[in-house]
Amino acid sequence: MNVYADNAATAKMRPAALRTYAETAEKYFGNPSSLHSDGQRAAEELSRCRAKTAELLGCSPREIIFTSGGSEADNQAIVAAAIAGEKKGKKHIVSTAFEHHAVLHVLDRLKERGFEITLLPVGERGIVRAEQVRNAVRDDTCLVTVMFANNEIGTIQPVAEIGAVCREKKIPFHTDAVQAVGHVPVDVNALNADMLSLSAHKFGGPRGVGALVSKLPVRPLIEGGAQERGRRAGTENLPAIVAMTTALELSVAEMTEADAKIRAMRDKLIAGLKAVPHCALNGDEKSRLSGNVSFCFEGIEGESLLLLLDEAGIRASSGSACTSGSLDPSHVLLAIGRPHEVAHGSLRLTLSADNTQEEIDYMLKEIPRVVQYLRDMSPVWRDLQSGKRNYVL
Amino acid sequence: MALYSEKVMDHFKNPRNVGVIEDADGVGEVGNAKCGDIMKIYIKVKDGIVTDAKFETFGCGSAIASSSMATEMIKGHPLTEALSLTNKAVVEALDGLPAHKIHCSVLAEEAIKSAILDYYTRNNLPYDESVFKKIGCAHEHDGE
Repeated sequence: MNVYADNAATAKMRPAALRTYAETAEKYFGNPSSLHSDGQRAAEELSRCRAKTAELLGCSPREIIFTSGGSEADNQAIVAAAIAGEKKGKKHIVSTAFEHHAVLHVLDRLKERGFEITLLPVGERGIVRAEQVRNAVRDDTCLVTVMFANNEIGTIQPVAEIGAVCREKKIPFHTDAVQAVGHVPVDVNALNADMLSLSAHKFGGPRGVGALVSKLPVRPLIEGGAQERGRRAGTENLPAIVAMTTALELSVAEMTEADAKIRAMRDKLIAGLKAVPHCALNGDEKSRLSGNVSFCFEGIEGESLLLLLDEAGIRASSGSACTSGSLDPSHVLLAIGRPHEVAHGSLRLTLSADNTQEEIDYMLKEIPRVVQYLRDMSPVWRDLQSGKRNYVL
Repeated sequence: MALYSEKVMDHFKNPRNVGVIEDADGVGEVGNAKCGDIMKIYIKVKDGIVTDAKFETFGCGSAIASSSMATEMIKGHPLTEALSLTNKAVVEALDGLPAHKIHCSVLAEEAIKSAILDYYTRNNLPYDESVFKKIGCAHEHDGE
């Protein structure tokens, strides 16, 4: 049996989105910047997508900047806010310790340029409180950026509350909503967000397309033509934008039904995996994305777990160091207080409405088997069992 | 190209010599759980020959494959040969490892050396100290 359980990495494209992608590439081949009728037909299609996307996100069409994806949107939002802040002598940014690297690495660059960065701790539940933001902002804070939902452990942040604090303090607020859009209701106004990033391939659209929603003027990262009202140069990737719009429409329309189905499967998976001795769910159990299951298994290493699960047909991911090519395990797991040796044994399963009960049962049979197999050859597990080393979980 | 060669995947999926030798003549353990890999190698020695070798490994696919291959390469061979096994030879026998996984083969070499050192020490045998360079986790970690 093959089980795709890595939807937070990339969700399979929705068939309808794939169809509109191909149709658009064929039918609307003109450049939306061209004055002739083929160009103008493409421009109209682009503007239809902008209006539809705005309607689905509760913002205005002119606030939408189509980008190459979530990373570009995050980069642009942060860089734009930093440059605007710098002009006013404000060089302090507030964020959290477990943001996506598309945020954290930009903040690292800004730090090199004299910005002061406050990364708020997220506690063992993996949730930052609005009160922490209130206590961290200063007169020279030019941006608060907090993700909507964490990509590894799925915990949902109190974004609207944080946005309210920022509004009160008149500080621009950006949220990386890449894992949330298409899965939970996202209304930019209700969130009190000035900027929001999204990515199509997380909700059944194609890779390589996303958007930055911005209520603030933002300067382009990519200079050139006047596309996207001068905020993002380059001929618009119309087939991808149309396919993203189709995927978003369907995701929003099917959200309630899909959510109930996914949540039931997730809860069963979490309950079943908890029966494995010496393991623990990562992140808060309630305030989490309905498709996210993230565990640490003591005594084993995540990459070997992933490879053996792949052999068994189960496609998953891990925050272990070996899967990232770095020497340290996931900064997210370290941020919620998992010690290194435990964080190495992490497993993330992210479900979609395409998964089935049979697949959940299959995973509940295979994962404990593979975990036990690896534990049986692990000297760490032997030491834990003999009492030479103390269990953490 | 896949992450690992077929040889690596074979030794990872069907590891040779997994387990413990209860009455081992030498045991070597290297690595650190914090780094994500620990290798433990057990050897039996008779008349200067490694008559048996087994391993236990906590680590990624290439760490398990390297342990499996390294134990295969010393079993039945004289101690002197086992002592001269290099990580490079393990990598070659596995048809290569990705650059960021080379340290797994280094651990395998060190685990074997460590087991042999243990054998020498237990039996009060003379040995050349320079062969046993410092074994351990040499890299820095974030957040420590």
